[in-house]
Amino acid sequence: MAAQYLEFEKPLVELEQKIHELMEFSTDTMDLKTEVAKLEKKAEQMREDIFANLTRWQTAQVARHINRPFTLDYVSRIFTDFVELHGDRQFGDDHAIVGGLAQFEGEPVMIIGHQKGRDTKEKVYRNFGMPNPEGYRKALRLMEMAERFQIPIITFVDTPGAFPGIGAEERGQAEAIARNLREMARFKTPIIVVVTGEGGSGGALAIAVGDRVLMLEYSVYAVISPEGCAAILWSDGTKGEQAAEALKLTAKDIKDLDVIDEIVKEPVGGAHRDHDAMAKTLREALSRNLKELKTLAPEQLVEERYQKFRKMSRFVEM
Amino acid sequence: MAWFKREKAPMAQAEGKRVKVPEGLWTKCVGCKETLITKELEKNLNVCPKCNHHYRISARQRLDLLLDQGSFVEFDAGMVSVDFLAFKDSKSYQERINAAVAKGGSKDAVICGEGKIEGTPVQMAVFDFSFMGGSMGSVVGEKITRVIERALEKLTPVIIVSASGGARMQESILSLMQMAKTSAALAKLREAGLPFVSILTDPTTGGVTASFAMLGDVNMAEPKALIGFAGPRVIEQTIRQKLPEGFQRAEYLLEHGMVDLIVDRKDMKGTLSRILKMLHRPA
Ligand SMILES: [Zn+2]
Repeated sequence: MAAQYLEFEKPLVELEQKIHELMEFSTDTMDLKTEVAKLEKKAEQMREDIFANLTRWQTAQVARHINRPFTLDYVSRIFTDFVELHGDRQFGDDHAIVGGLAQFEGEPVMIIGHQKGRDTKEKVYRNFGMPNPEGYRKALRLMEMAERFQIPIITFVDTPGAFPGIGAEERGQAEAIARNLREMARFKTPIIVVVTGEGGSGGALAIAVGDRVLMLEYSVYAVISPEGCAAILWSDGTKGEQAAEALKLTAKDIKDLDVIDEIVKEPVGGAHRDHDAMAKTLREALSRNLKELKTLAPEQLVEERYQKFRKMSRFVEM
Repeated sequence: MAWFKREKAPMAQAEGKRVKVPEGLWTKCVGCKETLITKELEKNLNVCPKCNHHYRISARQRLDLLLDQGSFVEFDAGMVSVDFLAFKDSKSYQERINAAVAKGGSKDAVICGEGKIEGTPVQMAVFDFSFMGGSMGSVVGEKITRVIERALEKLTPVIIVSASGGARMQESILSLMQMAKTSAALAKLREAGLPFVSILTDPTTGGVTASFAMLGDVNMAEPKALIGFAGPRVIEQTIRQKLPEGFQRAEYLLEHGMVDLIVDRKDMKGTLSRILKMLHRPA
């Protein structure tokens, strides 16, 4: 993986590099071994300290970290026999959303998720994880299929937002999102949603109506990106830090408002430091939630899903 | 409408005692730049008699326009937004709520209730764009969901007249969830076989378009209304390209298959009534 890091991670990354160099240099001498052990201990403490006190803006940066696991990173680690299914059967195949069938603990599931790219070429290919209407329509087609064959749906949410483009508007971006919201409310099969990185507004929600909604510890979820919010409220897109604070977009913030069911712990130092450990924790959470949902009759599942979103609001009545 | 152009200038046609109309009682049309008598513009449902430009109207005016006289009963008028996130930019959300309420129109961005359209009972929601840009937070989402649930109870059609900049930023994630909540209620309405007519007026964008407003059995728009998901400015900044002529206007959406029909304001009630009488035939 490319050596990319966030500003506040810099001292940690430097220390990690130093340890790495020392270990390459030699592990024969006793002195070096003690030195490495000492530094490792220090690094561990540093990881804990930095990540225990992230600001909301820093959390948003971790959520967008280039080395953060993306949907296909989870698919290869959590599921087997993945068969990717392409296209909306109407216009095209959107590479910003992937989907397909896979086995999870001996049973088929339908996987749908936003997909970002890591290098420049793949970023462009994935349109930076910003779907067009055909992406949402592919997702809908696959979810309808899942319902028909009584297969649970697991979605991975990680997008800056739905793509704002001419073609997207022409082909009905709003309609595509709206339809998914309506249809996901009534599928008679379990739906588990995991916000893994960026939960960017309607573009995220369009695959995020579920019986259980989980958020990874350093993922974010909001009605608008901090930059977008800043551009509107302060006419200054660089005031993202202030906007992130105002939007209360961290997993803890969202859990406090009862919009999600569970926060999934990340490895110390963030999911981008250890994809395998993150996948392992997430697999356990998925497994547990799926088992619970399977005990519910389809009608009960749908009614509880309705009531779950029905309750989401804060207001006073005079 | 060509014959309108041959009409005499408003000044000349004004009668004796009204000749000396003071300034301010004139309106320069933003559509055709013609000078119009404000009173006449209002009498013409705030539609320019020369160029058919549809001016924005208030929620109350819309209710008067569409519902049978005296049939409207308002519900949930006392529902008020709260600043539960202590959201602050140049002003706090609470200050913005207070200022909007003080304008005296309504307590939030949508007015809801029941009424009759040429005798057909309907549940209705009408956006008030002047209240924080018609933005949708908890109150708007809750009131619209109740409109739909009331329709399910009373077995009536639902009419929603949208005019909104989208989800309300100041309620962050809960505003976003109103999109899911309202759309889920519409799923129930659909299963119950009750009609939903969505009327899109200038402007309808963002989270409102990307939820209930696009989900009508019939989507009806006013001429030239701006309707879209992303705002034109955001799109221009993203793609660094000039937007095509008429982009995101009602006519453009009709051309691309996103709305069923465009209806002049004066014909709105009649068209609505005809559709409802065919879709909704109570046993
Ligand atoms: Zn005019």
